[in-house]
Amino acid sequence: MEPLSHAFKERSVWALQDETLQVALNRAKDGFAVKRAKAVDALPEFEALRDRAVAIKNHTLENLDHYLERYADAVERSGGKVHWASSAEDARRIVVDICRASGARMITKGKSMVGEEVGVNGALEEAGFEVVETDLGEYIIQLAHEPPSHIIVPAVHKTRGQIAELFHQNHEKYGLTRKLAEVPEMVNEARQVLRDKYLAADVGITGANFLIAESGTSVIVTNEGNGDLTCSLPKVHIVTAGIEKVVPSAEDASTLLRLLGRSATGQDMTTYTTFTTGPKRPGDTDGPEEYHVVLIDNGRTTMLGDQFREMLRCIRCGACMNHCPVYGAIGGHAYGWVYPGPMGSVLTPLAVGLKEAGNLPNACTLNGHCAEVCPVRIPLPDLLRTLRHREYQLRLGLKPMRWGLAAWVWFTTHPRIYRLGTRVQARMLALLAGRKGRFRRMPLAGSWFRGGRDLPAPQGETFMAVWQRRQRGRK
Amino acid sequence: MNASAADSGAAGAVASPRVGLFVTCLANIYRPNVGLAAVALLEKAGCTVEVPMTQTCCGQPSYNNGDLDGAAKTARQTIEAFEDFDYVVAPSGSCGGMLRDFPRLFASEPGWQHRAQALADKTYELISFLTDIRGMTSVDAAYPHRVTYHDSCHGLRALGIKEQPRRLLATVRGLELAELADSEICCGFGGTFCVKYPEISGRMVADKAGAINATEAEVLLGGDLGCLLNIAGRFGREGGRVRVYHVAEVLAGMADVPGLGDPRQPKGGS
Ligand code: SF4
Repeated sequence: MEPLSHAFKERSVWALQDETLQVALNRAKDGFAVKRAKAVDALPEFEALRDRAVAIKNHTLENLDHYLERYADAVERSGGKVHWASSAEDARRIVVDICRASGARMITKGKSMVGEEVGVNGALEEAGFEVVETDLGEYIIQLAHEPPSHIIVPAVHKTRGQIAELFHQNHEKYGLTRKLAEVPEMVNEARQVLRDKYLAADVGITGANFLIAESGTSVIVTNEGNGDLTCSLPKVHIVTAGIEKVVPSAEDASTLLRLLGRSATGQDMTTYTTFTTGPKRPGDTDGPEEYHVVLIDNGRTTMLGDQFREMLRCIRCGACMNHCPVYGAIGGHAYGWVYPGPMGSVLTPLAVGLKEAGNLPNACTLNGHCAEVCPVRIPLPDLLRTLRHREYQLRLGLKPMRWGLAAWVWFTTHPRIYRLGTRVQARMLALLAGRKGRFRRMPLAGSWFRGGRDLPAPQGETFMAVWQRRQRGRK
Repeated sequence: MNASAADSGAAGAVASPRVGLFVTCLANIYRPNVGLAAVALLEKAGCTVEVPMTQTCCGQPSYNNGDLDGAAKTARQTIEAFEDFDYVVAPSGSCGGMLRDFPRLFASEPGWQHRAQALADKTYELISFLTDIRGMTSVDAAYPHRVTYHDSCHGLRALGIKEQPRRLLATVRGLELAELADSEICCGFGGTFCVKYPEISGRMVADKAGAINATEAEVLLGGDLGCLLNIAGRFGREGGRVRVYHVAEVLAGMADVPGLGDPRQPKGGS
C-alpha cells in the first residue's frame, strides 16, 4: 500500500471533522478499555504473565535464527513447504506463484496484518485472481476499498448504516436485495455470501498469531471461525507470517494466548484458536493438500539489530491503540499506512522512512498509557522519542523548531539571562492581558489558539523575583 | 489541628532536610503562587527550603523533540545547581520525572551519569514527597468547595502519584472531592504536542473539559501546570465557570488568588 503518512496533519484534521467517523469512534471508545480492565482485574497473575511473555519473546529474539530453523525443519517434516521472503515484493511474488502453480481462481483470506503490510490482495487481484476476505471486518473494508483502521477491528471506523449500505450495493448480484438494519441480519447475510466462497475457493491464505518452532504449527485466533474454514476447505493453505511470530513451544504460545485475548478484547480466550500443522495426512478426513508458509522479513532483521528490537515483541493485540487518546480522536486512517496508533507510529517510520512518516512519532503526548497496557511491555513512548532523536539527527524536522530548541538550550545554560528573560516575559504578558487575565489571541502563538482555547496570563512576577525579594527582607 | 509534618516520618527521614526547590519554568513564569505554596508546605513538613538561583529548565523541550545533546546541556546546569541538597523537589510530576530520567542522557559519560543518578535518586514530585518521604498525613487548610482532580500522566505513570494528593485533600476542611470520569486520560497538552497538532490537542482538551463539567465541580485541581494551563485555557474559551488551581495552592491554604486564566482582582492578589 502506498503510504499517505506524509499527509498526517491534513488527514487528522479531516478525521476530526468527519462526523460519521466521530460517531463510530465514540461508540468504540471506552468499550475495549473497560473490557480489558475487567479481564485483567479478574486474573491476579496478569502481571506475572506479562513478565513471562517478555522473557519468552526476548529469549526467542535473541535466538531467532535458531528457532526459525527449527520451525522450518518441523514444517518440512510435516510435509509443508517454507518460503523465505526478505521484502514485500518477494512475499507478493511468492504468494502469486503458489496460487498460479495450483491453478487457482478463487482465493479466500483470513485476517492478516502482514498480508496488508506487504500488499498481498493487490498483487493477487492484479494477477487476475478473485480474492475474498472472510473476516467480517476485513470483508466490509474490502467492499469499501479501504485499508483497515485498526489491527484487530479493521472496520471499527464504519457505522452500522454505512455497512448496511455497502451490503445493499454489493449483495444485489447474489439476489440479496433487502436493505438491512440490524447487526445480526447483516452478519447472517455476510455469512450466506461467504459460505459459497469458502466452498469454491482453491487457495486459503491466513496470517499467524504464533508459529510454534518445536512442531512447525501455526496458530490463529478468531471470533468468527472463518479462519478454520479458510485453512481447511481449499486444497492449498498459505500461511503468511512475519519472522518475529515464532515461539519455541506450545507452552510459550499458550502463555502469550492468555495475554492476547485479554489485552485485545477483554476475552479470556477468543472463540476459536486454530492450530494447523502441515497438509492433510493419509487417513485425515479433511485439510489442504498443500501447506505453504511464507516467512516475511521486510525490515525485521534490521530492527533486530538496532534500538527498535523491543518492537519485535509486539503480538498485535491493539491494546495500545485502544488506550491512545490521539487514536481515539482521529481513528486509524489518518496515520496513512497499515499500522495505526502507538505501535504503528513506531513501525511505520521504520518501514516507509522518517521522511514519509515523520509526523507519526511526533503526534503523541508521551502520556504513557500505551506502555502501561502493552502486554509485552514495549516502551512505546521511549521508542517514539528515539525516532524523534533520529529525525533530529537527520535534520528532517522543521527548521524554526531546531532554531527554537537551540535558543532555548542556550537560555537554560545562562541562568542570569534566563532569570531576566523570564521576568520580562511574565511582566509583559501580565500587562498585555490586563484585567482579563487571559489571551484570546496573540501574534506568533496562533497554534495554541487553533486548539480552541485561550491562554491564561501569568500572575506578573516570576517566582525567582518574589523569592529574591523575600530573602532580602528576611535578612 | 496543625499540619502534621510527621515527626516519625518515613523510614530514614532526616530531621530537617535541606530541600532544593526546583520551581519549574511554568511555575516560575506563570504561577509564582505555586512556588510559594510549595515552600510553605515543605516548611510545614519540617524541611529547610532553598531556591538555587542557577536553576533553569528540566530540559524536556529538548529531550522530547529529539535534541538529546541539548537536553544533556540543560541537565548539567540542573545537576550542578542541585547536587548538594538532601532532596530536590518539584511541584510537577512531569519535570520531576524528567530529572529522574537524567541518567539516560549520559550513557557515554560515566562521570556525569553518576552525578545524574545521584540527583535522580533524591528527586521527588512535591505531593508524593510530602506524603511518602515526610509522612505528612494532613494539612491545615480550609477550602469549602466541590473540586475534582485530574491525574497528570507523567506523575501518574512515571512516578505513581494517584492516592497521595487525594489523601491530603481529604483533610482540607469543607472540601468535597468529586472524582472525574477518565481522570487518567491525557488532557492533550503534551509539551510541544499542543502547538504542533493543535486540532488533535484541542479535541482532547475539549473532551477533558466536558468530563470535568460533568462532575459539577466548581474547581479543577491537578499537580502539573502544563495540563492546568491547557484546561484552564479551554474553560476560558468555553466561558465555563470551573476555576483551575494547582493542588499545592489549596493544600497550603493559598488558593485565595484568582485561578489560572481568571480575571484579575481589581487591587491585585495575595
Ligand atoms: S505494541 Fe503492545 S499493546 Fe500495541 S499491539 Fe503490540 S503488543 Fe499490543
